[in-house]
Amino acid sequence: MKIVLDHLTKKFISRHNKNEIVTAVNDFDFEIPDGKLVGLLGPSGCGKSTTLNLICGLETPTSGRIFFGDLDVTELPPESRGVGMVFQNYALYPHLSVRQNILFPLENLKGDQKLSKEVMEQKALEAARLVQIDSLMERKPNELSGGQQQRVAIARALVKTPGVLLLDEPLSNLDARLRLQTREQIRRIQKETNITTIFVTHDQEEAMSISDLIVVMSAGVLQQMGKPQDVYNEPVNLFVAKFLGTPAINVFEGCIKDRGLYIGEDLIGHRDIEDQEVYVGIRPEAFDPDQNGPFRCRFDRVETTGRDTSIVCHNDHCISDEDVRAIVSADEPIAHKDGIIRFSLKQNKVHVFSKKDEKVIR
Amino acid sequence: MKKKNDLKGWLYLLPALLFIGVFMIYPLIDVLIYSVEEGYNFASQQYYGIGTYNYSYVLHDPYFLQALKNTFILVIITVPLSTGIALVISLALNSVSKLKDLFQTIYFLPYVTNTLAVGLVFMILFKKTAYSEGLINLLLNGFGIASIDFIEGPYWAKMFVLCFYTIWVVLPFKILILTSALASVNKDYYNVARVDGTSKWRTFYKITLPMISPSLFYLIITGFIGAFKAYSDVVALFGTDLNAAGMNTIVGYVYDMLYGNSGGYPSFASAAALILFLIVLTITMINLMVSKKNVHYR
Repeated sequence: MKIVLDHLTKKFISRHNKNEIVTAVNDFDFEIPDGKLVGLLGPSGCGKSTTLNLICGLETPTSGRIFFGDLDVTELPPESRGVGMVFQNYALYPHLSVRQNILFPLENLKGDQKLSKEVMEQKALEAARLVQIDSLMERKPNELSGGQQQRVAIARALVKTPGVLLLDEPLSNLDARLRLQTREQIRRIQKETNITTIFVTHDQEEAMSISDLIVVMSAGVLQQMGKPQDVYNEPVNLFVAKFLGTPAINVFEGCIKDRGLYIGEDLIGHRDIEDQEVYVGIRPEAFDPDQNGPFRCRFDRVETTGRDTSIVCHNDHCISDEDVRAIVSADEPIAHKDGIIRFSLKQNKVHVFSKKDEKVIR
Repeated sequence: MKKKNDLKGWLYLLPALLFIGVFMIYPLIDVLIYSVEEGYNFASQQYYGIGTYNYSYVLHDPYFLQALKNTFILVIITVPLSTGIALVISLALNSVSKLKDLFQTIYFLPYVTNTLAVGLVFMILFKKTAYSEGLINLLLNGFGIASIDFIEGPYWAKMFVLCFYTIWVVLPFKILILTSALASVNKDYYNVARVDGTSKWRTFYKITLPMISPSLFYLIITGFIGAFKAYSDVVALFGTDLNAAGMNTIVGYVYDMLYGNSGGYPSFASAAALILFLIVLTITMINLMVSKKNVHYR
């Protein structure tokens, strides 16, 4: 089902100061196509979960509309929207077995929708098979691992075959190895059911790896939406550029002079824009050690973590971190002279942002 | 090596063991001994023989049977009613947001008030004297009902006052426990239930009740034990001559046998106390068995 958010805004009264109004979601306006897996991405407290609760119906928007397909669901209570929701802590009923947990939503159906016992059991088993927990049906939630609990919660959300599946921080309670496995599971389940799925995360790697689309937000404002690789390659502003990618993008103060892009004295590229002060973001993979390269840094050390070799160096104009990090191929010899290392830069990995509003200048 | 450690272990346990031994185990054994010594005399500390006569005497004593009946009626009426009312009030308290703290304080006030003082207030409310009718009777008269002497009148009226009073006294504690139990249920459970379209009643029955079942069970067990041990409340309402009022309880009977006007019979008192102990033990065992199925500890 297609989801349309039409100028959605949610304001809260501040918990600390009753006279203060907090805008958790500010004028959201976007469309999620049918059958996609969408990652809602942003730092903690940026309004991701509020957005999810608005879509689900647990919160009502201050203004704006929400559409599922052509149906306006803004005024509908959660149970009438046909959504399945998985909470961050799973919220499995601890006193019920896995089977009873999955059956629970079905047993709520009333009137014409009421199902026979056999059909309910059948549906519960199908949902359990889908998430591969059908061998654990009689266990209680506290007898399951975190990943298994997560899958039970997904099965419970899917058993009524909702039009929309919502996952709030689905992986944050899992350890690193399970996280990798579970995110593949989520991807597989979504592809098998083809249910429009939105999940919230603050982990950009998680969002990038499994989403069809990512939506980056900050302080209640939508920053950018698109395919993960597109957003990574062409960030619209400094925030998005900094938020996506590990190691993070290196940010420098620079300027444009006579169509030349300078960091300090070094002319590192050309841009067809008028003279001004700018921020320059350079992705770690943009650096190529090159004895004749234009960009100079003070060499510090080489770090090898697994398959990555990174050169750590310093530059007085760098403002993102004390260190400039460059990821390079391990085969190339790393040459530096008098403590100075020179790089040439891949121009498509160098982004220029206006100093005024931090928006990208192309 | 092992032996030495064992000795050390007992040494560490010694203070607690001494305490329990002197104040719990010794008296328990002593009561048992008293209860089987026939014709025991307080002054000479002598007895004629050992047997079950004391038990048989107590079980045939009409005062004891009356006390037994009173106690059972009190337990059967007050435990379910007070727990039920406390649950309803707690649910209501949990659902209001405004003035919640104020209401919680008001409901908790009786708990910090002295039992005897509350008993006296109740007596004044209900008592009918030559000079006044009592507040409750005035209210009844307002509805066209004739005055009833609740304190010295018919048995059912006295029992009504006692039950009413007991429920009122135990409510605050139960409300306190249940409101905190309700507040500790994670909101996400209710959110999930809402998204799944669970009806209010089903949410309560299938989610809330199991979640607070450990607290509820604790209240029922302590409620049973407390009601079986009722005594001071009865004295506050009906005075010390409870046998004459026909309102004695088992604990009251034990006390009377020891120190009352007809007192000086530690053997009868001990036998009665042991009978009470067996009753409470049985009820608690039944409670525990029922709870195995219905109480969900997280």
